[in-house]
Amino acid sequence: MSSLSATIQDVFNEPGCGKNANKSEAERKKGCTKQLQPGGAAGGCAFDGAKIALQPLTDVAHLVHGPIACEGNSWDNRGAKSSGSNLWRTGFTTDINETDVVFGGEKRLFKSIREIIEKYDPPAIFVYQTCVPAMIGDDIDAVCKAAREKFNKPVIPINSPGFVGPKNLGNKLAGEALLQHVIGTEEPEYTTPYDLNIIGEYNLSGELWQVKPLLDELGIRIMACISGDGKYKEVASSHRAKAAMMVCSKAMINVARKMEERYGIPFFEGSFYGIEDSSDSLREIARMLIERGAPAELMDRTEALIAREEAKAWAAIAKYKPRFEGKKVLLITGGVKSWSVVAALQEAGLELVGTSVKKSTKEDKERIKELMGQDAHMIEDMTPREMYKMLKDARADIMLSGGRSQFIALKASMPWLDINQERHHAYMGYVGMVKLVEEIDKALYNPVWAQVRKPAPWEKSGDNWQSRAMAQAEAEAAALAADPVKAEEVRRAKKICNCKSVELGVIEDAILANNLSTVEGVRDATNASGGCGACAVRIEEILAQMVSASHAIAAE
Amino acid sequence: MATVTVSKKACSVNPLKMSQPIGGALAFMGLRGAMPLLHGSQGCTSFGLVLFTRHFKEAIPMQTTAMSEVATVLGGYDNVEQAVLNIYNRTKPEIIGICSTGVTETKGDDVDGYIKTIREKNAAVAHLPIVYVSTPDFKDAFQDGWEKTVTRIVETMVEAPKSAARRDPTKINVLPGCHLTPGDLDELRTIIEDFGLEPTFLPDLAGSLDGHIPDDFTPTTIGGVGVEEISMMGQAGWTIAIGAQMRRAAEAMEKKTGVPFRMFERLCGLEANDALMAFLTEISGRPAPMKYRRQRGQLVDAMLDGHFHIGGRKLAVGAEPDLLNEIGGLLTEIGAQLHVAVTTTQSPVLERLPTEEVLIGDLEDLENLAKAKDCDLMVTHSHGRQAASRLKIPFFRMGIPMFDRLGGGHQLMVGYRGGRDLIFDICNLLMADHEDNHEPTPDSWRDGVGPSHAATSH
Repeated sequence: MSSLSATIQDVFNEPGCGKNANKSEAERKKGCTKQLQPGGAAGGCAFDGAKIALQPLTDVAHLVHGPIACEGNSWDNRGAKSSGSNLWRTGFTTDINETDVVFGGEKRLFKSIREIIEKYDPPAIFVYQTCVPAMIGDDIDAVCKAAREKFNKPVIPINSPGFVGPKNLGNKLAGEALLQHVIGTEEPEYTTPYDLNIIGEYNLSGELWQVKPLLDELGIRIMACISGDGKYKEVASSHRAKAAMMVCSKAMINVARKMEERYGIPFFEGSFYGIEDSSDSLREIARMLIERGAPAELMDRTEALIAREEAKAWAAIAKYKPRFEGKKVLLITGGVKSWSVVAALQEAGLELVGTSVKKSTKEDKERIKELMGQDAHMIEDMTPREMYKMLKDARADIMLSGGRSQFIALKASMPWLDINQERHHAYMGYVGMVKLVEEIDKALYNPVWAQVRKPAPWEKSGDNWQSRAMAQAEAEAAALAADPVKAEEVRRAKKICNCKSVELGVIEDAILANNLSTVEGVRDATNASGGCGACAVRIEEILAQMVSASHAIAAE
Repeated sequence: MATVTVSKKACSVNPLKMSQPIGGALAFMGLRGAMPLLHGSQGCTSFGLVLFTRHFKEAIPMQTTAMSEVATVLGGYDNVEQAVLNIYNRTKPEIIGICSTGVTETKGDDVDGYIKTIREKNAAVAHLPIVYVSTPDFKDAFQDGWEKTVTRIVETMVEAPKSAARRDPTKINVLPGCHLTPGDLDELRTIIEDFGLEPTFLPDLAGSLDGHIPDDFTPTTIGGVGVEEISMMGQAGWTIAIGAQMRRAAEAMEKKTGVPFRMFERLCGLEANDALMAFLTEISGRPAPMKYRRQRGQLVDAMLDGHFHIGGRKLAVGAEPDLLNEIGGLLTEIGAQLHVAVTTTQSPVLERLPTEEVLIGDLEDLENLAKAKDCDLMVTHSHGRQAASRLKIPFFRMGIPMFDRLGGGHQLMVGYRGGRDLIFDICNLLMADHEDNHEPTPDSWRDGVGPSHAATSH
């Protein structure tokens, strides 16, 4: 376990991580000990994160060492696509039993590796550690080493038992495993000045394939995609690429940064969501490759291709613009960067009434403000009732979100579109953008809404559950408006730091009492932002507001 | 008489099995105002949550004690207490159902003791129903988790009647196995009510996960059997248990309350439903309603029409024991041969299956055996789709999870009507497959191959 904790510590020290950058040395040492709230949380675990990050490697056998829950309940639930091997879709697990728990599961693990090699002979096996074998002390590093020597085949340990942390940490631990055991272990057959790595892209619904033809046309070779539609050998020899693009998610920042450090591969963070972002990314790829030795004419060809693709996409979208006039969108995204989707929707002429920023960084928020104006409605955290009210008050005509919130919209008979992992359509690149617009149009104008909103024959108008829920919400709001004391109480009770459970009122009091002006000061006084650090942005906003308020008072 | 063997492989490939705790959690979801809580690390819950959401296409209430590494080593009292209090404060549940997982069982957390202490320390939850079931992931399977949970609910929540005179012979307890869909439960409810009897289902997924529009944004289950109704189950005249997995719960009910029970190991197919009708006639004193006499005729007719297509089929079924018994039984009764039967856990019904061998194994076993025995119809849950497409044989989806087709929650199997519809669905699949892939051509005749299965000559 000591090497695992060292790896975790290393991930917490990652200078490329925006959240870490906001922490003091001492805080960083504590790591992302975001203690999830028992009975109030339901995200994935570190194992989930590691598996999600690596499973799109298509020709690798992914073997989960643990009881049946870890693989049996979860396999075959992601829609990444493969252009070759389908081995990644096969679920392998040691399915350890009571005897293994008592006597140790290492033997079973070793035998499992042998069985997989005998039956499937993959180029490599990834072994995922889970909670129970970690607790009983199964040393998967040792077993993988022994198997590697015995079978002369890469057997890679992925140390990511669920209880070490959340999904996001698991993503990074997966990246560490690649850096430690895979990247740089093989040499490519040949290299070109146009070799590009794509990092943190999972080819969900085959999205990457909407962009790949453009890169092909420019002569740019995707040397390795980590991990969507990736192959083991490609990743193993990816250290010879000339440049890298890190796609959207911050899940694998450690991989991109360490590859820059170790192999001198520069990277940029880009997105293929939205027309302008796609163009920007293509330009940046061309620029970096030229910088690393590709001929300068690549940029001319890139610009020509961008001009052509943009024109095509605009033409396809243009016909939807009149249909979208006055239509408003509520955007609730999880990990996908809100601003890239915001830009995309605005291109289609839709009005954004709100976007979630729960997982956004300070830079993300700035970007959103830039796009939506100063009064951008940024939603930190919304209860189902609030989301519903937004939809119902006609402040939004459609909700775009991940699958988890879909039933709020659907059960309220409101249009909804999945823009998260489980979506069935690919929205990347120029064609993806057109597809997204098409899907929104289909959802908005589906005649089903008129049908499902009709009251039942026995229903009195205004007496369905939706109107009752609305009436209740309005009554609550009215009660608050009539009672300033209570309203202030509610306002002050707003949870700012979820990890350490610190309320707005506590922070405000601390700022006033101690004349605080920095996030660090607030942290020392209240413990707020002492966990994952995500609320540092919110605390800065509170500080800014209170400072401007006190200036106003001073001016009077 | 089938022999039951256990796969000797070290590595399970393409699991058929799902874990015990989520089987337990699903049972709690059939209770009204319930919040199932898995005592384990976050992933234990989130995997189950995603699985059920994908299957039922509903918002699923399920919580976690979010055990960290440190909490796991030191013991999870604080996490259980915090979880119970948080759930109580946020969602005001009528009941919290706790299932343990591999993580907390390896450590050996004494959750029953924890609950006692939590009640003593926190007056707010002193009388809140909290039921705890031990369901380690490294033992048994989904069906066992359901079985243990229902038994535990009976043991802890049903009250023994104060006197036998309070018994109401028109009230019937129904203990359904986890192989029945919400649609099946609704069908059974109708049948039982048509005999003038009043059934109480424990658990009642038809109330909570049948896809209805809720009355409010409730974070707990919406619908299902209530805590009060469960406590009154001891006053019923009879208990009907469906599936061998429910024997223990039925025995627990009889032991605690004296309510006699009748087992129906199967409720799919002609004989099984004749037995149900006879039993309901006997205990209600009413003849079977006209409606069921007609439906029986329709099932018989469907069996006659379907036997041309199903007769001679070589069947590969992967399912939990009770579901395997239901569907394997029905299809062999109309002429299919159950060549390959793969299941997840031990059960007394396995020996009685109409086949030579039953394997406790995975979908790789199902695929390999189906290939070796040249099977031409595969029945299992959605995860079997890859195997069936590699074997190029028709694939009928049954069981949890069914995430790549709609309506899994309403697939009907019980009652005369359920059997009739199931036969039609499977026969239509076989006919479409025949038209698409097995129509004879001059070449196929010349090469002497012919249509690949003679049974579909119709």
